[in-house]
Parts: sequence; C-alpha cells; structure tokens
Amino acid sequence: MIGPKLRSWGARAVRWTILAALTIFLAFPFSWMVITAFKRTSDLYDLKHNPFLFYEPPTLEHIDRLFSETLYGQWLLNTAFVGVLVVLITLVLAVPAGYALARLTGTWGEKLGIGIFLTYLIPPTLLFIPLSRVVVNLGVDDSLWSLVVVYPSFTVPFSAWLMMGFFKAIPKDVEEAAMIDGYSRLGAFIRVVVPISLAGILTVAIFSFTLVMQEFVYAVTFISSVRNLTVSVGVPTFLVHGDVYFWGSLMAGCFIASIPIAILYNFFVDRFIAGFTAGAIK
Amino acid sequence: MDAPAKITSATSNLGRARPRAAFILDSERWLGPLLIGPAILYIVLLVAAPFFMALYYSLSNTTTGGGTLGFVGLRNFINVVGTPKFQTALKNTIVFAFLSQAVILVLSNALALALQKDFRGKGLIRFLILLPWVAPISVGTIAWLWIFDSTYSVLNWMLRMAGLIEGQGFMWLGVPHLAMGSVIAVHVWRQLPLATVILLAGLSSIPNDIHDAAAVDGAGFWRHYFQITLPLILPISLVAVLFGLVFTFTDMIIIYNLTRGGPYDTTQVLASLAFYTGIAGGDLAEGAAIALFLFPLLLAAALAFLRIARRAEVT
Repeated sequence: MIGPKLRSWGARAVRWTILAALTIFLAFPFSWMVITAFKRTSDLYDLKHNPFLFYEPPTLEHIDRLFSETLYGQWLLNTAFVGVLVVLITLVLAVPAGYALARLTGTWGEKLGIGIFLTYLIPPTLLFIPLSRVVVNLGVDDSLWSLVVVYPSFTVPFSAWLMMGFFKAIPKDVEEAAMIDGYSRLGAFIRVVVPISLAGILTVAIFSFTLVMQEFVYAVTFISSVRNLTVSVGVPTFLVHGDVYFWGSLMAGCFIASIPIAILYNFFVDRFIAGFTAGAIK
Repeated sequence: MDAPAKITSATSNLGRARPRAAFILDSERWLGPLLIGPAILYIVLLVAAPFFMALYYSLSNTTTGGGTLGFVGLRNFINVVGTPKFQTALKNTIVFAFLSQAVILVLSNALALALQKDFRGKGLIRFLILLPWVAPISVGTIAWLWIFDSTYSVLNWMLRMAGLIEGQGFMWLGVPHLAMGSVIAVHVWRQLPLATVILLAGLSSIPNDIHDAAAVDGAGFWRHYFQITLPLILPISLVAVLFGLVFTFTDMIIIYNLTRGGPYDTTQVLASLAFYTGIAGGDLAEGAAIALFLFPLLLAAALAFLRIARRAEVT
C-alpha cells in the first residue's frame, strides 16, 4: 500500500517530467535559432566544438549580412504591408458578419455560420491551382496585391466565426438599453457593441496577422520575383539555395520572424481559445 | 462611452425625421443580410467559385500555359490513380495523418493534464509551449532542417555524447522510414500546442464539484481520468482531432521545406504532389485532380464535425 503522501509526490514528479520533456521538445528549435544566430562561422562549423557552447565571442555578423546582403528587410516590409491590408479587409468584412450571425439572422444564420466555418475545409491546397489563374486574369500575378486579394479568403471565415462567438457572449440587454436610449440597431452596434468588443476585435486582428505570416502555398505559387516575396517564402526558398547554407543568417532570419509576433500573440491567446471553443461547441 | 453624451444624442435623434436610407438600415430584416452580405459575397467569389473551377479543371486538359480547356471527363483521375507516384502519396498521406494525430492526441492529453493546476512559472511555460504554433511554420521548419543537418546535426551530437552512436550518425531526412519519422515529429511539434490549448479549455469547463465528488468517492487518477474527465472532454477533443486531421491532409509546408517529398517519394503526400504536378510541373488539370482526392477525406471530417456540434447542442 502506497501512502497518500508518497503518491502525491509521485504524481508531482510525473507531472514535472511531462512538462519538462514536452517544453524542451517544443521550445528547443527556438533556442537553437538563437545560439546559431550569434555564433561565429568558424565556431559553428567546427565539429570538435560542443554546439551548445560559445568558443569564440558572440557576433552580429549574421544579422548584419541578413539585412545588408539579402532582401530579408524587404521581405519583412512586404509581409507587414500585406498583413496590415489583409487585417483591415478582414475586420471590415468579418466584424459586421459576426454580429449578424450572432444576433440578426436567427436559425438560417446558424446554418450560414456553420457553412462559413466549413469553408475551412476547402483549404489552399485545393484552391491554389484555380486561384493562380484568377490572379493572372486580375493582372496582379507576381505582385503583393495578389496576396492582399486572396488572403482574406482564409482570414474572413475564421474571423467571422470568432467574432460571432464574442458577440454572443455580450448580453442582449446592452443593445436593448442603447435602443431604448434612441439608437437604431445599427447605431447600437457601432457605438455601443463595437467599443465594448475591442478586445475581441484586436484578437481577430492579431490572429489574422499571424495567419498571413504563416501562409506559404499561395505566396510560393503567385509570386516569382525575389523582391516581392514574404518572409515565410523568402527564407526557405532564397536563403536556402544550392548547397550553400548560411546557417547563421538563416537562423537569425527565422528568429526575427518568430519572436515578436509570438510575444504579441501570447497576450491574446486566452481570448482566442475562448472565442474558438465558444463558436465550435455552443 | 459617457452617459450625458449618449442622452443628448438620443434626444436629438428623436426630434429629427429620419431619411429613408436610415429607415432601411434600421429594419432588422434588412440589416442582417446587409451586414453579412459582403463577407458572403467575398467567400463565394474567392472560395466557392475557385472550388468549382478546380472541379472543372480536373475534368479538363488545361495547363499553366493557359492552353485549351478541353473536356476530358474523368481521364485525369484515371491517369492519376494508375501512377505509382499517386499511390505512394495516398499511402503516405494516410500514414502521416493518422500516426501524427495519434501521437498528438496522447501528448496533448498528457500536457493539458500537467498544465491544469496553477503553479509558479506557468505563464512562461505556456509561452514556450505555444511558440511552435505561433511562429511562422515555414521558418520553424528551417530550424528543424538545421537540427537534422547531415553533417552538423545537434541530435547526432547529443546521441554521440550519450555514447549511443559513433561516427557520422543518422541521416535524419535522407533514409526512407527515418525521413517519414522526422517529418511526423516536426508535424507533431507544430500541432501539439493548439491541441493542448483546446483540451485545456475543455478541462477548465468541467465544474469543480464533479472533480470534488470523484475525490470524495476515492477514485484514483486513472479511474478519475477515464470515467470522468475523458468523457466530458471527448467532444472538444474530437473537434481538436478533426481540425488536426484536416490540417494534416492539406498541409505541405513541412514536406516542401524538409524533404521535397524525398527520398524516393517516401514522404510525398497528396498536397505536395498536387503542388509539384500542378505548379512546378505546369499540369494544372492533373494537379487539380490530385488535390481533389483530398476532398472526400475533408467531407468525411466535415460531416463528423457537424454531428459532434449537433450532439453538443442537444446536451
């Protein structure tokens, strides 16, 4: 018979082992990016060195080369440009749609909501072939505008779904009180509901931006000029070429593209999950 | 919003006759469609229409050159199904998707249970755990490409230090079964965070008195888990798995960046094969046909999702 005290110690040990092992597995590539990005090339490629230690002082040469000798800086700007425009388009389309789904469309709205959600099942890998034709016909192939036009096709459905979840969580009395005060339904939505939903709207904005940063298939299909690439395609296709890998600069590029958005995202993840699961289950 | 401003604007509204346009906007019958219309229109134009174009392409002989759109019936499908490349890709897709989801399901359950209680440093751990999901996946896989490097692999170095191997070590991405294993590991790495947070949300929605009651009745960990926790989080876990499956069927970034489908097509999946055939190879029709083979799988996932959603609504 194991005593309860021993058992709780055992449970704690198991819990910390799981946490430690999986956290190391999940975070390791990022720490590896940092170590590689600041290591001198001669240190990096010496097989006798312990790869976790710095035998020579850290250096900024890789980051320097990344910005001076490659188009990485341009790719960052491109990604930001597409990201901001797509977020704006997404908000303009998805916030009103989410409100209509939550309040105004009754039972057919519920079906429509599920329908919108299911567009998630028609992913880029099904659509990139016809869309590559559409983009050519619109005359925006090989330009960032092709991405601005196409990316809302995956941000809008998800965002409308999330916004629906957020709006449903607001008590109906809020608008009813505003309408008694003389606002129209639209006025109550714009002046009362939107301001108290700012946190939700911000969540959707951040979420859409990360989706834009993640996107790969459309960008690699539509864009052929190196200057017009986004970070997620530029790094793997043009920094990795031939047999020459500049691992230091590559890892610096990966790290710079990962960490700011991750920190920003961290503030919104709870709200995101709340909206996601509220929409999916209730 | 401050109260006095609201009141004055309300009174001024009452005194004014409204123009007709505003009247239409006030009518709830029109407002709903007006608010949702633009989003629906956009989705129809950029998701539904291209989807039907893909269907049509798969029945035609079109190429990237913009060539003719001759109708060839099911010939593309028949051609494609016969090729060993397609059969390998289909098999790989299924192995890749189900193996990775099984591993993710087990690990995300373990991780979510371990994270359930509050402890010091939980915020930091959660931040670290979420990184693979938040950071752009294509740069994340480049880090793995470096970790799996044939000469400088840090994994081989660690195995050497532990005395488990000697010499060069494994070619993580260069040997058929090992390459599939590596790709699955990276996929698990990438999807585990989302599955974990979804399960955590499910766990936190279980009322505390249920756990307390079980503890009073003296249920041990496993009994508690299998008879109480698991049934209650089953619907949300299924949603997580379905999302994961759909995502896995259709994702090609990891394959594209790590192995390009190699060695000898042993990691080629339908999504990447469609890309290489349709875009790199220029055969839009055949590429579309390969991509559409994904659709029955996705449809099955959709129907399963709807069933779960409906059942959750009833209870």
